Parts: sequence; structure tokens; C-alpha cells
Amino acid sequence: MTDPQATFVDPAVLRKKDASKFKAATLIGVPLAAILFQVYVPRFSPFLAYLELPLLVTVYFSLMRRSPVAGVIFGACVGLAQDSLSHNPLGMFGIVKTLVGYFAASMSQRFAVQNSLVRLVLGFFFLFFHQFFYWVLSRGLLGEELTFDLERTLVVAALNAFVTVPLYHILDKLRLVD
Amino acid sequence: MEFLLHRYRNQTVLLAAILAQLALLAYQVKSDGEVRLIRVWAIGAVTPLARVIEAARSSTVHFFRDYFVLLDVREDNQRLKTDLDHVRMENQFLRSELSTADRARALALFQQQSQSKTIAAHVIGNTTAVSAKVVIIDRGTGSGVQKGMAVITPDGIVGKVTGAYPTASYVLLITDPSFAAGVLSQKHRVHGTLKGQGYGTVLIDYVQSEQKVEPGEWFYTSGDDRIFPKGLPVGEVSVVRPGKAYQQIFVTPSGMRNGLEEVLVVVEGVHGPIPENPPGFQPVHMQDPPPAEADAESSALPGAPSVTQVTPARSGPQATDADKMVDRYRQIGEAERRVYGQSGGGAPNFNINLPPASPVTAAPPASPSRPSPSPSAKRP
Repeated sequence: MTDPQATFVDPAVLRKKDASKFKAATLIGVPLAAILFQVYVPRFSPFLAYLELPLLVTVYFSLMRRSPVAGVIFGACVGLAQDSLSHNPLGMFGIVKTLVGYFAASMSQRFAVQNSLVRLVLGFFFLFFHQFFYWVLSRGLLGEELTFDLERTLVVAALNAFVTVPLYHILDKLRLVD
Repeated sequence: MEFLLHRYRNQTVLLAAILAQLALLAYQVKSDGEVRLIRVWAIGAVTPLARVIEAARSSTVHFFRDYFVLLDVREDNQRLKTDLDHVRMENQFLRSELSTADRARALALFQQQSQSKTIAAHVIGNTTAVSAKVVIIDRGTGSGVQKGMAVITPDGIVGKVTGAYPTASYVLLITDPSFAAGVLSQKHRVHGTLKGQGYGTVLIDYVQSEQKVEPGEWFYTSGDDRIFPKGLPVGEVSVVRPGKAYQQIFVTPSGMRNGLEEVLVVVEGVHGPIPENPPGFQPVHMQDPPPAEADAESSALPGAPSVTQVTPARSGPQATDADKMVDRYRQIGEAERRVYGQSGGGAPNFNINLPPASPVTAAPPASPSRPSPSPSAKRP
């Protein structure tokens, strides 16, 4: 008889083994490029202003690292960098992206995040969560009388979700292979 | 304790990160200040890159634009060599219109003519917030820009400076949902508050239902907000809807209709009057048409009245197509002994043989409002 304790392996540990690794330059350069994209590209093509690349990048690295702590730190860094280039008080995007990073990493321990359909759904969900939570924080912490446009947010979430699949496919190429 | 921290390591890190950022937020909100150092670093790091990107983009765009403009000019010149004089004049007029429409020159012209002291700036980027309508301009505190200053174009107001840093500034556009400014209607002098909607049009709020505002009416800044000087154009009313307490007035902003590349920051604003006529409808002085040949010749005769007393003829060389058509209807009417242009007159017979036009008939009285020519002004 084999000992059941010996054969039991925590799924989280298994998932951690599948965690992807990236170069430090990738982890710094890609979010920076995403933020700069959001700063400059909508000047030439206003339609692209709806693309929340920093969020998509945060979700990607959190999913692929499969570590909630890494997700929290990564989300906070990207969010604060985004805050520093926005007119908002520092911390608004930081808090929202910290939560996104944490939840994305937590989900990656339960789902096969390589699947395109899963990525599409997660992209949609996190964009909606991001926009909604940002609105909640704006009203709750800053007292701004912003209205939450549900239809618009759903459309923006869908647009970003469709970008998620090809973007993540490109980012997959940047993973380090053992 | 150590066990708990290890057991709930993820949650602990999450909690610590959120609490730290909440504390940062609370500090900024409570002290009404900002963490200036971080922003200065961020802007300072990004601005040089933005300048390079913007310079590369604008020089490329201008190169191609100038190239095509030069092509047009060459074609225009070839055409001008073969065209008649009036076509040449018309061409010159169009070219001068084109050059006037040039944004940079218009901006400089406006800057010279405006009583307010302004600084020209280029828009070099957008903010990172998707929902916010904030742009970054390449002028900061080093150029005298301060937080709260108004930002305009020759066409109207654009926004206000919400953050000024050494090399760049944030400009909150009037379309941002958090933007507000005092405005005044041009026709009925109705006061209201402009509010951004997050998209193209802006809302004029706090206008009582009994106050009269019409679509097509223009709104100007009232100067009440202490940001914009009074008398700057805001935009044209596109929709007016009745509301419960206040009307819903939607205005299409005029300041950003030609794109947003160059703007003016109002350093020292001077209040101006609300114009009597909205922009684009300013009265245009038109010279009287020249007299007809017959009149011109007769005016040269000794004893003839001065040119100013002679009625200019519509059927002269400078007459319009409409004048010629009216003249032809009149001649057919005289031949048929009818008056066209009244109800029940029927259609004129265009095949009727008209008598050859004499110099006198070629120069009929133009308008009842003008004095009729003196008989001595006609040829005997």
C-alpha cells in the first residue's frame, strides 16, 4: 500500500512548476512599451485609446508567472507607473492593478491559461473588473461624480479581449525555454 | 505569527500593497497635494522621448503634406498661365485662403491679435487613463505655465492646465467628465455651466427651463470661473432638450474641430466682450459692382453725373448668372406683355424672338432701392 500523503501533490505546486520565466528586460520593457503606447499612439489614432495595454500586460505576466505575490508586485508597479503619467492621484491605477495581478495569478493556479478561449474570457473579465473597480475607487475615495457606462465598458472589454489572444501569442515568444 | 504570515503569505502581501497605496492616496487627498517628485521624474523621463517621437512624426507628415502642396502649386501655376484674368484672381484668393487656413500661421496671427498674453505649445501625448480626456503639452513651468491656466485655440477653448511640470504640462480637455466652466450664450445672454461628457459634445447645465436657448446659438466663456477670460468661443448649440429643472443643452465644441496639435496657453487673460455675431458669421464688406459699359462711357461725357450717382447695371460684364437670368425673364415678359415672377404667370416662352439688345435695354435698373439713372447719363 502506498501512503496517500506521499502521492498527494498540491495542484498549486504543480502549477508553479509550469510557471513561465522571462528575462528582466522583458519584464521591464514590455510594460514600459505598453504605457508609452497608451501615451502616444492615441494621438495618431484616437480609436486605439480604448486599448488598455498596461492592463493586458499585467494580466499576462501574472497569469504566466502563476505567483500571486509576483502578480501583486507587478500589478502595483505597472499601476503606479501609469498613475505617474496620468492626472489622477498616485495609487488609483496602482490599487486596481494590484488586485488584478493578484486575482489573475490566483486564477492561473486553477485554469489552463495557455488556452486561447480562456485567455479571451479572462481578458474580458479583467478589463471589466478593472474599469468597474476604478469607477468604484473614483467615487469612493476621490468623490468624483463619474457615471459607469455599462454598455461602453462591455464594448471596450470585448475589444480588449479580442486583442488579448494575438497579443499573448506574441508575448509567449518572449518566454525563456528551459 | 510567523506561521500565519507564511500560511497567508499571498494575502499578506496583497494587503500590504493595497494599504500602502491607500495611505499614499489618503495623503494626497488629505493634503490636497501630490507626490510631485515622482511625477516630475516620470514626466522628465518621458518628455524627451515624446519630443523625439513627435518631431519625427510631424516632420514626416509635414514632408509629405508639403510635397503634395507643392505639386498642387505647380499645377496651379500651369493653369494660371493659360487661364483668364478672373480665374487667376480666383486662384490667388483660394491660395490665400489656404495659407490663412494654415493652423500654425492662424495661431500666430491669433496670438498677435489677441489681447491676452499666450504661449504656443504642441500636444505631445495623451494621459494613460482610458476614460480621461487629458493631453500632455510640451510647455511647463520653465515656460511660465502654471496649474489652472486656460488652454485655447483660435477656434475656441480647449481645456485647462491641471498639472505643470518643468518640461511639460497636463491639459484637462473640456470633453472630460470632470471639466466645468462658466459660459454665456451669445444671443440671449443665458448663463450656464459647461460640463464634459467624455465624448465629442459637451453639456451646458444649470440653464432654467424658462430661459431661451436655440439650436445654432453660440456659447462663449463668461469669465465667472476665473480660468477662461470672458468672450472666448466655446461652441455651437446642437441639441436643446427640456429637462425637469434644467434644460439639456448639448454643444459641439469649436476649439478642437480642426484637430489638436498646436494650442495656446493663456498666461495673462484679458476679458473681452461677447461678439455680436458668432464666429464664421462676421459681416463681410463687399464692394459695389462696377458700372456697365454704357454707363461708364456716358459718365465720361462732359456734363454727365458722377459715377457714384449712376446705377450699376446688372447685365454688364460683371453680372452674375442669376442677374442674367432675371434680365432674360424680364425681356421675355416685355415681349409677351406679361410679368414673370408673380403667381399664376405660367412658364415663359424661351423660343420667342427677342429684339436685339440696345445699350439701354442691356442696362436696366438693377434694384428699386438704388436711385434710377438720370436720363442724361444715357446715350442719346
